[in-house]
Amino acid sequence: MSAFTIEDLKRIMRDCAGEEESVDLDGEILDLRFEELGYDSLALIETTSRISREFGVQLPEEELGEIGTVRELLELINQRLSVRS
Amino acid sequence: MSERRGHPGPEAGGVRTVTGGASASTPAVVTGIGIAAPNGLGTEECWRSTLAGTSGIGPISRFDASGYPVRLAGEVPGFEVAAHVPSRLVPQTDRMTQLALAAADWALADAGVDPQRFDDFEMGVVTANSSGGFEFGQKELEQLWANGPQYVSAYQSFAWFYAVNTGQLSIRHGMCGPSGVTVAEQAGGLDALGQARRQLSKGIRLVLTGGMDASLCPWGLVAQLPSGLLSEQPDPQRAFLPFDTAASGQVLGEGGAILVMEPAAAARERGAPHLYGEIAGYCATFDPRPGSGRPSRLLGAMRGALDAAGLTAEEVDVVFADASGVPESDRAEAEAVTALFGPRGVPVTAPKTMFGRLSSGGAPVDVALALLALRDGVIPPSVNITAPVEEYRLDLVTEARPARLRTALVVARGAGGFNTALVVRAI
Repeated sequence: MSAFTIEDLKRIMRDCAGEEESVDLDGEILDLRFEELGYDSLALIETTSRISREFGVQLPEEELGEIGTVRELLELINQRLSVRS
Repeated sequence: MSERRGHPGPEAGGVRTVTGGASASTPAVVTGIGIAAPNGLGTEECWRSTLAGTSGIGPISRFDASGYPVRLAGEVPGFEVAAHVPSRLVPQTDRMTQLALAAADWALADAGVDPQRFDDFEMGVVTANSSGGFEFGQKELEQLWANGPQYVSAYQSFAWFYAVNTGQLSIRHGMCGPSGVTVAEQAGGLDALGQARRQLSKGIRLVLTGGMDASLCPWGLVAQLPSGLLSEQPDPQRAFLPFDTAASGQVLGEGGAILVMEPAAAARERGAPHLYGEIAGYCATFDPRPGSGRPSRLLGAMRGALDAAGLTAEEVDVVFADASGVPESDRAEAEAVTALFGPRGVPVTAPKTMFGRLSSGGAPVDVALALLALRDGVIPPSVNITAPVEEYRLDLVTEARPARLRTALVVARGAGGFNTALVVRAI
């Protein structure tokens, strides 16, 4: 099972929530919080909903509520993918 | 508040009247204009087309309308979303909001206003809306139907909503003062301006106001078809002919205008580049229920707006008509105009013959065009009207007419009994 990468995440974020003018998603963003990237809670819901559909992975809201940084979201998704496979 | 001439509330017979007169302290003036209309994207583009009599009504191109009885509309041309709307906002906005964001940017630039130089709570946003985000909503309903709820965008929660243009403008420009939304179909655009002016009279420093609608999608069209008011005439030059013997109904359009409104004294003090004109008077009335036998209150709205402005009918230089295109409504408006001004007593024009009826966006475009008419001393024409109904006894302006203009009366009616009139006056 191929891992969910930062490139996957950036593609989906750009597509379904856009990109803040003052933020460079191609920079060092792994340890930034989503608010620092200009994404509010709705943008995060939209992004994770798309990931769920595209990668066939369940991302319960309780666990998403704990997510702060980009790295934490990637880890959660990959953990879920490995459990499933 | 002492300058307010009336309050919202029931009068005898349950007919409502809301008026607002000139502020005792300083008049409310329009200092910035942004128009997105079917015959021109941008204020000066629209104004040039309008004076030239260039129509934006044509075959619907935004979707395949060949299966519908109505196949014409006024579409805003050449709007490149990415060029006007930040990418963060594109996935969460309907076209009507994207047009509103662009028009607001133009209005603020025209006014020479940088919102960051104002206190957040001194600026408000009051816009009108009539349809909501139909195109966005249709797309999400299709997802729900075809794929299930998990495929519906989280942004549907607000993208469809009447209040979303006001909300997005407020967030984008950090305008946290008194804000609101008016919903009164075609009349709501004037009600928004009336409400914006009321906020200025209470001490607010700047209001972004106007109206924008854009529902040219299959769902938006079929929602309008049952009204029976739309023209099924296939010739773009014959479909929308208000006050003409061949009047056959209305044509839908998309677009609107966003205006910057400020107290005149404060606008002068900051060196505003344009003082287009004062919103000198405003009045809204509501018709009695159908079948009551009591007459329409349209004339009451027109009289009320003049009274509120402290003006007589003789002082009005031009009327921008609601211009329904439905014969009974045309007749009612013509009767109100002649009752107030006398037969052929005032020039009457309907530039919306060039872009159709824009829902809440129509009247703000008329106000913007009226202000530009005052600036340039020319009345924009009504096009395609070749056989006006003689007994209406209107002085219809069918070619751009140079004139000394100080005062214009703008009239708007909304389906369901809304009548609003607003007076603009040169400063």
